Amino acid sequence: MRKTMTGLLAGVGLMWACGTSALAQELTIFWAEWDPANYLQELVNEYEAQTGVKVTVETTPWADFQTKAFTEFNAKGSAYDMVVGDSQWIGAASEAGHYVDLTDFFNAHKLNEIMAPATVKYYAEYPSNSKKYWSIPAEGDAVGWSYRKDWFEDPKEMEAFKAKYGYDLAPPKTWAEMRDIAEFFHRPGEKRYGIAIYTDNSYDGLVMGVENAIFSYGGELGDYQSYKVDGIINSDKNVKALEMYRELYGFTPPGWAKSFFVENNQAITENLAAMSMNYFAFFPALVNEASNPNAKVTGFFANPAGPNGEQFAALGGQGISVISYSDNQEEAMKFLEWFIKDETQKRWAELGGYTASAKVLESPEFQNATPYNKAFYETMFKVKDFWATPEYAELLIQMNQRIYPFVTAGQGTAKEALNSLAADWKATFDKYGRNK
Amino acid sequence: MATAVMTSLDTKSPAASRGMSDIRIRNLFIIPTILFLIVFNIFPLIYSLGYSFTDFRASSHAPANFVGLQNYRALLNDPFIWLNFAITAKYVIVSVTGQVIVGFGTAMLLNRDIPLKGLLTTLLLLPMMLSMAVVGLFWKLLYDPSFGIINYTFGLGSFEWLSNPDMALYAVAITDIWMWSPFVMLLSLAGLSAVPKHLYEAAAIDRAGPFYTFFRITLPLVAPILMIAIIFRTMEAFKTFDLAYILTSQPTTEVISIRLYKMAFQEWQTGRSCALAYIVLIMVLAITNIYVKYLNKVKER
Repeated sequence: MRKTMTGLLAGVGLMWACGTSALAQELTIFWAEWDPANYLQELVNEYEAQTGVKVTVETTPWADFQTKAFTEFNAKGSAYDMVVGDSQWIGAASEAGHYVDLTDFFNAHKLNEIMAPATVKYYAEYPSNSKKYWSIPAEGDAVGWSYRKDWFEDPKEMEAFKAKYGYDLAPPKTWAEMRDIAEFFHRPGEKRYGIAIYTDNSYDGLVMGVENAIFSYGGELGDYQSYKVDGIINSDKNVKALEMYRELYGFTPPGWAKSFFVENNQAITENLAAMSMNYFAFFPALVNEASNPNAKVTGFFANPAGPNGEQFAALGGQGISVISYSDNQEEAMKFLEWFIKDETQKRWAELGGYTASAKVLESPEFQNATPYNKAFYETMFKVKDFWATPEYAELLIQMNQRIYPFVTAGQGTAKEALNSLAADWKATFDKYGRNK
Repeated sequence: MATAVMTSLDTKSPAASRGMSDIRIRNLFIIPTILFLIVFNIFPLIYSLGYSFTDFRASSHAPANFVGLQNYRALLNDPFIWLNFAITAKYVIVSVTGQVIVGFGTAMLLNRDIPLKGLLTTLLLLPMMLSMAVVGLFWKLLYDPSFGIINYTFGLGSFEWLSNPDMALYAVAITDIWMWSPFVMLLSLAGLSAVPKHLYEAAAIDRAGPFYTFFRITLPLVAPILMIAIIFRTMEAFKTFDLAYILTSQPTTEVISIRLYKMAFQEWQTGRSCALAYIVLIMVLAITNIYVKYLNKVKER
């Protein structure tokens, strides 16, 4: 009896000892549930091997990522040490003091020279042009396009296309060409459709899709410094871009009114559409034959140019931030120091992560690693993003409310939708005293 | 009054032998419940009423400023909120009417001697036992225009149930009717089996037709219990969230609770969403009150 008691006590003691020692050297990173989070887990396993600090990447589905993260922040919870938060959150999270100010860290490591400029501007800096930084660009991402090479390169199709439109069938260089190709391949009788675009209005899906058109048409969402929107969001360029998006919606597969990244990849894997919009982060699944039976015949291109030759794309992607309520901030900073090293960034790219490191992006090694890396590299230097103000969610919902009925059901006109949106946004900025 | 209703403690019971009085035992049972109610229901209710007059945002640690009736004024002047209410009303009417017709009809069919009646009733109750989220996900597949079984069975081609803005709300209502008709059926069945048989015999002797029998005997006698089913279903339909949220994201299916969720947990407008929650609460209370008044009237007859 005494022996068992001693054994038990020793066991409990050992567990307690291990428990506390493990606690001091554990870090938790919160992110959404998708492939890049798995790649990050693989990467941080190497950190554990080197330093003994165990890092766990905890995930939650995209739909409630924002809600869950902010619920934790609002409660000043210490469950997570770092978060790979969406680029739009940065205003809300920095103004409320949820994120640790990383300006000194940023300057000490000259990160604005190491990372691609667009990623610094949109993932790390807030307010715009303030030289204050809140996160380290981690997963670069933008919207690109995949297409069916076998459909495009079919001699019969090429001939028919040239006869109809007067130029060669090839991945589109402009939105006008993309419209022609979508129309050309749109054959509901054969259950083949022209194009797959984002239409989901529950978060930022539809807005990202429309942004691709707006930015390439030379338009802007507003002036991010003065908060002026009237005459910018409802400019003629934006009206044209929105009309184009509406036109493309006519060439989507049936029931395409709530589609985001999952559906748009399915459009390629299930032989539904000739071209499909998606974030680069979802392209690894398209070159993998296990998840895409058409992997060998899937090609990629960057977001095409608008009528005036301007070419931009909507930014996705996230930076990694340290949470103010974490008990392990020092340990987290050490981790970030490791994370920004060139070797780590290179390894990150090898594992499937989209590094934001300019040096890695520019290397031929990276650009030739996959069929889409080159398009990604080109895109990452011409991206633009949505508002990052703390009230971005209101702006997002207002934009969805105004443009969704026009895009998917043709209600009203593009001009009306954008005029109303300008009024909504102005009222919201007035409410928060932004344009004073 | 309360003590008059209470039966007194058996003097030989263990509780009495420990010297516990009636009052003490009553308190022992009631106080924890009341405390629980106060902490988890009443307190948040009052606390959120306070918030509804402020510009508080849970996502920032900025102090809440008192803004008076500004939130209520802004909400009641917002055309989108009114649209949400109109959608909710339409949904409640379609869904509850459908459930009453289908549920009561099924109950009428089952209210006779048929073989395997018990098994049949149990099977019919199954939809009600499923989780809302699961039902939503399955019906999304059933409605799919490309491979959904509904279009296949009825030969509808690629009819778009969920992406057609005019159809989507009805599609959600159909799912809700499928799921909750059994509930109405169950209550109606209880009501129907309580109708005394001799009334039907008397009606038959007087050569009353089936319609006359239904409207003069069956319906009045089942009405009170049917009203209870309607009250429950109306309240539930009014606050529907899961089904509509999972099935579709059409603006035409954005019922008030979805708008409320977005306002509270995506936009983090905590103060304003408290105000909206209060408006919804008052509406539900008002509707329920009308029903309860009517129910009492029906019972008096």
